[in-house]
Amino acid sequence: MINHLLKQLAKHLDSFLLACLLITMLVGLFVLYSASGQSFERIFSQCINIIVALALMWGAANISPHKLERIAMPLYAVGVFLLIGVALFGSISHGARRWLNLGVMQIQPSEIMRIAMPMMLAYYFSRQAGKPKLTDFAIGGLLLVVPVLLIMKQPDLGTAILVAASGFYVLFLAGLSWKWLVGGLITFAASTPILWPLLHDYQRRRIEILLDPTQDPLGAGYHTIQAIIALGSGGIAGKGWLNGTQAQLDFLPERTTDFIFAVFGEEFGLLGILLLLGVFSLIIMRGLVIASQAQSTFSRLLAGSITLTFFTYVFVNMGMVSGVLPVVGVPLPLISYGGTSMVTILLSFGILMSIQTHKTLVAR
Amino acid sequence: MRSEVKNHLHEQYHFKLRLGFTGFAVIGLFVLLALRFFYLQITQYTHYQTLAENNRISLVPIVPNRGLILDRNGVVLAHNFFVYTLEITPSKVKDLESTIVGISQFVEISALDRKRFNKFRAQSRNFESIPIRTHLNEIEAAKFAVNHYRFPGVEIKTRLFRHYPLGKLGSHMVGYIGRINEADVASLEKADALSNYKGSDHIGKSGLEQSYESYLHGTTGFQQVEIDADGHAVRVLSSTAPTPGDNLILSADSKMQEIAETAFGERRGALVAINPKTGEVLSFVSQPNFDANLFVDGIDTDNWKMLNDSLDKPLINRPLRGVYPPGSTFKPFVALAGLENGKRLPPFSISDNGFFTLPNSTHHYRDWKPGGHGKVDMQRAITISCDTFFYGLAMDLGIDKLTTFVGHFGFGHLSGLDIQGENAGLLPTPDWKQRRFKQPWYQGETVITGIGQGYTLVTPMQLAQATAILANNGVAMKPHLVTKIQKGIGAENFIVTPRVQEKIVLNPENLEIVKRGMIDVTLPGGTAASIGANAPYSIAAKTGTAQVVGIKQNEKYNAGNIDERHRDHALFIAYAPAEDPTIAIAVIVENGGHGGSAAGPIARKVMDYYLLGKLPAVETGGADKKLAASTANISRPIQEEYHD
Repeated sequence: MINHLLKQLAKHLDSFLLACLLITMLVGLFVLYSASGQSFERIFSQCINIIVALALMWGAANISPHKLERIAMPLYAVGVFLLIGVALFGSISHGARRWLNLGVMQIQPSEIMRIAMPMMLAYYFSRQAGKPKLTDFAIGGLLLVVPVLLIMKQPDLGTAILVAASGFYVLFLAGLSWKWLVGGLITFAASTPILWPLLHDYQRRRIEILLDPTQDPLGAGYHTIQAIIALGSGGIAGKGWLNGTQAQLDFLPERTTDFIFAVFGEEFGLLGILLLLGVFSLIIMRGLVIASQAQSTFSRLLAGSITLTFFTYVFVNMGMVSGVLPVVGVPLPLISYGGTSMVTILLSFGILMSIQTHKTLVAR
Repeated sequence: MRSEVKNHLHEQYHFKLRLGFTGFAVIGLFVLLALRFFYLQITQYTHYQTLAENNRISLVPIVPNRGLILDRNGVVLAHNFFVYTLEITPSKVKDLESTIVGISQFVEISALDRKRFNKFRAQSRNFESIPIRTHLNEIEAAKFAVNHYRFPGVEIKTRLFRHYPLGKLGSHMVGYIGRINEADVASLEKADALSNYKGSDHIGKSGLEQSYESYLHGTTGFQQVEIDADGHAVRVLSSTAPTPGDNLILSADSKMQEIAETAFGERRGALVAINPKTGEVLSFVSQPNFDANLFVDGIDTDNWKMLNDSLDKPLINRPLRGVYPPGSTFKPFVALAGLENGKRLPPFSISDNGFFTLPNSTHHYRDWKPGGHGKVDMQRAITISCDTFFYGLAMDLGIDKLTTFVGHFGFGHLSGLDIQGENAGLLPTPDWKQRRFKQPWYQGETVITGIGQGYTLVTPMQLAQATAILANNGVAMKPHLVTKIQKGIGAENFIVTPRVQEKIVLNPENLEIVKRGMIDVTLPGGTAASIGANAPYSIAAKTGTAQVVGIKQNEKYNAGNIDERHRDHALFIAYAPAEDPTIAIAVIVENGGHGGSAAGPIARKVMDYYLLGKLPAVETGGADKKLAASTANISRPIQEEYHD
């Protein structure tokens, strides 16, 4: 009886994916314990975040892709509407306008976009019969650019990049021709001198310091330099859990959130990093398999985008911490402290599981 | 329908193709990341390991206790004590002005404190802790401690302060320490000793504090401390204890120093007493002196102005740097030069009419006694200080032989005393004059050199050393103030053993003539008969008077008519007991007049104490006060030139 109930509850969960996610989150709790200066309070509140996110994941996994397809457009519309609201009435904190105060609660509409963007584009391309035409990609591009610009305007470069990436993956998987892809890249490269003045001062500074962190060793370059020192001094096997001097003696800034990977690398070394990369690779590969086995265009595109966006999270964060990408404020998924990103990530994995477990015997 | 399925399969095929591509891209990018980590954690491991260690480990210097300076009887002349200081680290303070105003509610901050703080601040880096108030008493320290939380960046610290318990006494000998300035840093760097001064704020600036800096300072210890990003110490990893500085034991006697300094009263001058057998310096007086404690904490402008601008020049180390014409105290040495060169051997004598003239000249080189002394032989010439006798002798010897001989007694050379900054004085020669003035040497200049006038300049230290050499029958002992360097517990002390500097080969008969003449000086009929009166030991001495302003031909010197600062310097050299001398002494009283009456009594008091343990009777000092009260508005350097 109980067995049956459990089976019913777990019906729409992907056990392999879930196992990988749980292992990663467990590792994350250990790293967080060390990074927070052995604070059980932090661990406790992160556990709450994980439990809430897992519940939402379960919920998402139990919604069939059909239903998701139906709410894609309204969700996207609400997201854009709220983003415009933020631009007009949002509350400012730390120099950025990201939050919308709805009286009872504060929400960050850009987070909705992380899910809504791939859903909307996947929905749009699934509606087109036959091979998508150039005009389809143009409309898809427009659907992508508007919210991304609104998020960049807040300014929140990290989220903008991830939302843009999630949309772009849909376009790519839908068959955007290589010609346009390469052409677009060249156009982007050529337009950087025009885009440069449009960036915020702090964003420009971040990119400048990325190119040469020693420019400002005590200011903006401090994050990167200390993170690299932490990673490098970890060596092959690391300094051991709770023994990272950079982390334990406060030299690493933001070490429970965006820079938590530096703590991991310092304490567990190259071997630890390779193992972590291995687990992340398994998650991504599983996601790609789910995408390849998906039965509808919508599911395929959405699953592919979700998986590749997750990869983008990991790559951007690790690249940022190791000093090869600008510091844009992207957390390490499943490991960084914080409820919002945990919820967004696990919600997207819930969708992935739903796609995997709602397959019908006959392809539509 | 078929085409739709075909289309569908086609689409799926393309999708999987792209998905496969992204799969490879993911692996490829992860490999790139892994390569980056390999580079950071394997290739550059040592580099980042070092950086991380540098981040975490800080070397905190532990300043050693500075060595003490003690006199020959163990009386403390310089020591250290802990005081509370209130210190501000400017980089940790948002608004310096309001912080200072705030703390002044609890601890009094004077304008002087602020001035000093600003001066130190200009010399220090922003993250260094700078004292705003020193010598807080316990109530002030407690008051501030209670309100400490209101002033981040302000802290109460304890610092080791140098203190000179006897204040002014022997200040030129002991010297003082002061804050390390840029010039000190440069010289420390040159000596490769800068690393030993991490954490040290002070360094010897003058006197023994300067000369024996390398012994007194000690070796700085270090603590390896693990620090966090804010620089707070988390724990001590290892520590090397500092080695305290060595203590200096002096040959000088603070009681004797006090007697000598008191004897000077308000007068300016110098006194050096030496044990001729060992070279130990027993007293080293420079008057007026100053309170060395003023310098330790950084001297304030008012006191500095007072000391630096004073006509009395209290900051000049007169025994070492004050140069004076030796006057008649030069005569015993000139006499010995004559005798050793075969001139004026007994029973030679002259008939003194009160003046000397060069052949083919009418210029009168006058004797101090109008009308002269009559029949004078060598011994008597010393006793009565007959100028005429020595004019002729100098002429007969010639300037070269004269200066070469007296040079062996240290004139014109550094004495080698263990205090820095000595002046070598001047023994003039025709060559020197040609170089210096591009002028030939005149015979008249030889004549007056015979009585210690002219270009000849000596320091009180040189005069004392020359007297000691004479007293020790030509054996020159290296003069020194430090007799023992006391190392830390367990280490062997370094004892300065008497060292022969030079042995002058002298005919004992000649020496006897000069010594007899000098003994007679303190006997009835001698120029310092009063000094020898009632002395239970015999004293050999010579008086001297050095002219500060020239007196015209046929004009009479009358002390009463002359501005105090233009009066003659009074000089006096002596050694005792004459048969077996254990003390040789030189005294100069600036503008004191006659050597026998102004400088002699000071020497007698010192000798009485040294030889008999006798303390001088309390003085009224009325005459001295009058001398000091007469004001002079002419500032003159100590180097006075003789005008003929």
